[in-house]
Amino acid sequence: MGRDAAARVVAAYRRGMGETRTLPSDPRFWRSPLRGPWLTAVLGTVLLGGVTLLFVTGLLSYAAYNPGLSPVNDKTPGRGLLGFFLFPWPTDPHWLYRLTQGLHVTVGVALVPVLLAKLWSVIPKLFALPPARSAGHALERISLLLLVGGALFEFVTGLLNVQLEYVFPGSFYPLHFYGAWVFAAALVVHVALRFPRAVRALRGGLPRGPAPEPDLGTGLVAPRPAPATLSRRGALGLVGGGSLLLFGVTAGQSIGGPLRHTALLAPHGGGNPGGGPGSFQINKTAASVGVTARGTGADWRLLVTGANGREARLSREQLLRLPQHEAALPIACVEGWSTSDQLWRGVRLRDLAALAGYGGAPDVLVESLQRHGSFRSAALRDNQVRDPRALLALRVNGDELTLDHGYPARIIVPAAPGVLNTKWVAALRFGGVP
Amino acid sequence: MRAPQTGGLFRRWYGESPWQCALLVASFVLTGYAGVRLLDGDTLGVLVWFVGAALLHDLVLLPLYSLADRLPRLAGPYVNYLRVPAVLSALLLLVWFPLISGPPARYEGATGLPGGGGFALRWLLISAALFALSGLLLFTSRARLRRASARARHRSRSGGREVV
Repeated sequence: MGRDAAARVVAAYRRGMGETRTLPSDPRFWRSPLRGPWLTAVLGTVLLGGVTLLFVTGLLSYAAYNPGLSPVNDKTPGRGLLGFFLFPWPTDPHWLYRLTQGLHVTVGVALVPVLLAKLWSVIPKLFALPPARSAGHALERISLLLLVGGALFEFVTGLLNVQLEYVFPGSFYPLHFYGAWVFAAALVVHVALRFPRAVRALRGGLPRGPAPEPDLGTGLVAPRPAPATLSRRGALGLVGGGSLLLFGVTAGQSIGGPLRHTALLAPHGGGNPGGGPGSFQINKTAASVGVTARGTGADWRLLVTGANGREARLSREQLLRLPQHEAALPIACVEGWSTSDQLWRGVRLRDLAALAGYGGAPDVLVESLQRHGSFRSAALRDNQVRDPRALLALRVNGDELTLDHGYPARIIVPAAPGVLNTKWVAALRFGGVP
Repeated sequence: MRAPQTGGLFRRWYGESPWQCALLVASFVLTGYAGVRLLDGDTLGVLVWFVGAALLHDLVLLPLYSLADRLPRLAGPYVNYLRVPAVLSALLLLVWFPLISGPPARYEGATGLPGGGGFALRWLLISAALFALSGLLLFTSRARLRRASARARHRSRSGGREVV
């Protein structure tokens, strides 16, 4: 019975993959005349450039949370040496996180066809027999499993997370962060071992005509190719067209303005929620995190604590009587979407630090009224508190904050990831970062 | 990577160059260091996802789309007029599947934007537009071909001389 089922599976796989009566382990099973070292090298080179960008922008996003500052910002306390690169996240330029994270997500989305095409181009190697010619070859194949598994794991978790589909086994941050290191470890080996071969293949230039390219000892070229139904140029055009289309229906959610309407399939594309001055993208509505009009009404007080047990409770009217400042800053989310600059108006964080008894502004712990969800408390570093554009905002675009944008008061800090711009602020604890 | 064939004993035993070995060992050290942290928590779940992603792709997704590619091939010489829009439409579906098939219930609360079937509708419209565009290209290229062959017939009737 088991053998029957296995035979059926092999037969189905055979039907799926080709037209021959051979096994996938037989090179003759693979019929596409397109496969070859040149095509694989082109796709590999594009992918290498792309995932390098994803890795770097990913590490930058990790640093942007200031995980080393406080446990409340830290989703990966066990990172050990993997956080070696951490640095205090700057506040300049104010669109920094918008750019790095917009690139991370948009380029990641646009690379999907390249990744799929690259995997398609080398699939015969997966089935090559014997599975290992030697101990060295066996180790390399284990590394390749980590490479392919790692790439797919990173793309799948990332794509699911930006679509708010949290089905992966655990918290997104550690999965995506540690998974990236596993992938990177395997990628470095792969690039080092294949680089000479890729260069040799690329030097040959675009192979002319419909005939298969020279194999160069790679085992990628079909020994018994089927007639071509698509040229090599056409195949690359299709992959590039796929990337372009995905870019087109996604990028607008990061670029904003009228282009947001072009992001037809992106989670924060299409249009803006609501109307009026508060009509820009929202991360978590008040209702979704248990914030109601009752907690944010006239009884609301901001608790400010500081040096030597100093404590103050300020009503919204009292906050409005403090010096008001304006700053044009975006909201930029780890999910890759962002808003264009909004004009915020409120009290400088450093003025509130002075109120709490600090001359030079220290780190601050911000607490929200939010009942559930992560980052209800968040820590800001002293350089963020000191920036004159870092505000406890009370108004936006010439009007009151809406409840969904954090009424009665919210944090807005240049270049900080969205979740550190705490909404519905209940307390500011200067020098009180755990 | 082939080192000179003078590797001797190591090479005979290991089958690859010492430098390949050193590189892999270094890589596995990093993999182990990050992997322990990756697997901390739902160990089995993460393993299933990590290895499962590779297996699912290689053994299910890839054969599936190769099989699906037989459909446009029925169109013979016009295969790519069907294949290209189909591939593009499938790509959009694959990447944005959670939104198109949903979006998840938390979407409206998280974004303040309408959920519903909006994404499915947009995907269908984009797909329809892609197929329509492809059909239009096919139509114009066939019309051009017809005109060209009509000209050729005309030329051959007029004794092969170019009619200016």
